[in-house]
Amino acid sequence: MPAPAVAALLALMVFPLVYTVWLSLNRWIVSAQARPSFVGLANYVQLAHDPSFWHALGRTLLFCAFGLALQVPLGLGLALLVHREFRGRGVARTLLLLPMMATPAAIALVWSMMLEPSLGVLNYALSLLGVAKRAWLADPALVIPALVVVDTWQWCPLIALFCLAGLAVIPAEPYEAARIDGATAWQQFRYVTLPFLRPILVVAAMFRAIDSLKTFDLIYVMTQGGPGRASETLNLFGFHLAFHYFNMGYASAFLVVFLALVLGASLALIALRERRSATAYVA
Amino acid sequence: MSPDAAVKPGARLDGTGPARLLPWAAIAPLLLPFAWMLVTSLKTHAENLNYPPTLIFQPTAQNYVEVFSENPLTRYLVNSVIIGIGSTALALALGTPAAYTIARWRQRRLALLLLTARLMPGVACLVPWYMVFRAIGLLDTYAALILTHLIVSLPIVVWLLIGFFEDVPQELEDAGRIDGCSNWACFRRIALPLVRPGFVAAAILAFIYSWNNFLFSLILAGDRTAPLPVAVFSFITYGMINWGGLTAAATVILLPVIVLTLAIQRHIVRGLTAGASKG
Repeated sequence: MPAPAVAALLALMVFPLVYTVWLSLNRWIVSAQARPSFVGLANYVQLAHDPSFWHALGRTLLFCAFGLALQVPLGLGLALLVHREFRGRGVARTLLLLPMMATPAAIALVWSMMLEPSLGVLNYALSLLGVAKRAWLADPALVIPALVVVDTWQWCPLIALFCLAGLAVIPAEPYEAARIDGATAWQQFRYVTLPFLRPILVVAAMFRAIDSLKTFDLIYVMTQGGPGRASETLNLFGFHLAFHYFNMGYASAFLVVFLALVLGASLALIALRERRSATAYVA
Repeated sequence: MSPDAAVKPGARLDGTGPARLLPWAAIAPLLLPFAWMLVTSLKTHAENLNYPPTLIFQPTAQNYVEVFSENPLTRYLVNSVIIGIGSTALALALGTPAAYTIARWRQRRLALLLLTARLMPGVACLVPWYMVFRAIGLLDTYAALILTHLIVSLPIVVWLLIGFFEDVPQELEDAGRIDGCSNWACFRRIALPLVRPGFVAAAILAFIYSWNNFLFSLILAGDRTAPLPVAVFSFITYGMINWGGLTAAATVILLPVIVLTLAIQRHIVRGLTAGASKG
């Protein structure tokens, strides 16, 4: 019975894969009336020597690392706060879902407006704290941090959801034992809560890392990779090769490499998942 | 995950004091951008140019009227709905039997294939599909958009429904088989009616994913079939900066998502973190 679904998925995924590999061995700039010409591995060699590629890789890793460093602790903190009993707990948990379900292109527009340098509400709020106005999205040094803030706003609730699922199944006994031994709140967190949550935190962080490698909508709508190439991550680099320059052969070679990167990270995740027998399907 | 679990150690009841407000202080920043969007969409153009920004103002629906009258927003809205319903229907038709099979006969490999689909970068699918649709003249058609949105919606439908089908007691189906049900009849007449809540949740989630999709539509849709996010992005960037119009359009895009998310929130949490806590 799953045959139609499997066939559809294979058609939607495997065909493109094979076609991309074939394209990557050809030189083909589509806007010209040229036919594809076989060039072997020339595109890959060119890619290895393309400074823009290495620049994009650097930007991507910076965006990922910076994002994870913020989202994991913030998500964990958020979960610990919402895990307590308080009035409106159910509502609060529902509201956690809104940023991650919201249309990325739409919230990217809203954030661009809030980050606008002269009239934006964010610069105003910061000016109340004595911080000078900044052109967040137009400054090559600030654009990645600004994008990371928006990414964190959208995705740290997801880390929180994972942690909440983990917190819900921690048994009561270790806490009782710790309290009898006179453990402080911090010690209970450090030696009971954290070890219990670690497997889930690792899986959540891996999913987030892979998704953040693939972030497109947010960056494209807010900066289109700019200013200059300051926020051109791998995904945008590939998009520009394919749909600004229509250099499909070269773009395909890049995509094969990008895919290998993402799949490598994913396989590591799946291996981890098998070991921990914990998995997730994330938006 | 049970949101209403009994009070656990580490989940102290914060009866009094400012500590009680702490969770809300943490939630508030997540909601502020939505609130600011709504406020801005209800201000006049002149008020939006005030600095410092004002909080007290006379709300007006003018931005909504203008953004609908100056742009073919209704058409883009209809496009989004057509593509969303089309890809959701297709994803459910293909994905429900697949999820049933995976759950009933423990097809873990298939489940992993789905996970891979979920991990694939969009651009990597887009280049080959663009070439194909260009070659056969399907650019700027609903068919191309519905098919490619399936890449996003089919995996989520299957993934969510696997969990629901696994919860259907095997005994019920065994009883059905004794009464002479075929596999198909077991699926259609016993399992499917029992997972109706999951089916509805999967449908809504698939619709939201299609509605939210930006990348595929950016390249494959033309002006005729452009769904809301892409259309709004293009008229915002090429037009002058009009924050009232921008936020009104963003609100039109986000409102259905928010309503649908709230409607199925319990299942979304389950879908997003499925299996995270069970062995």
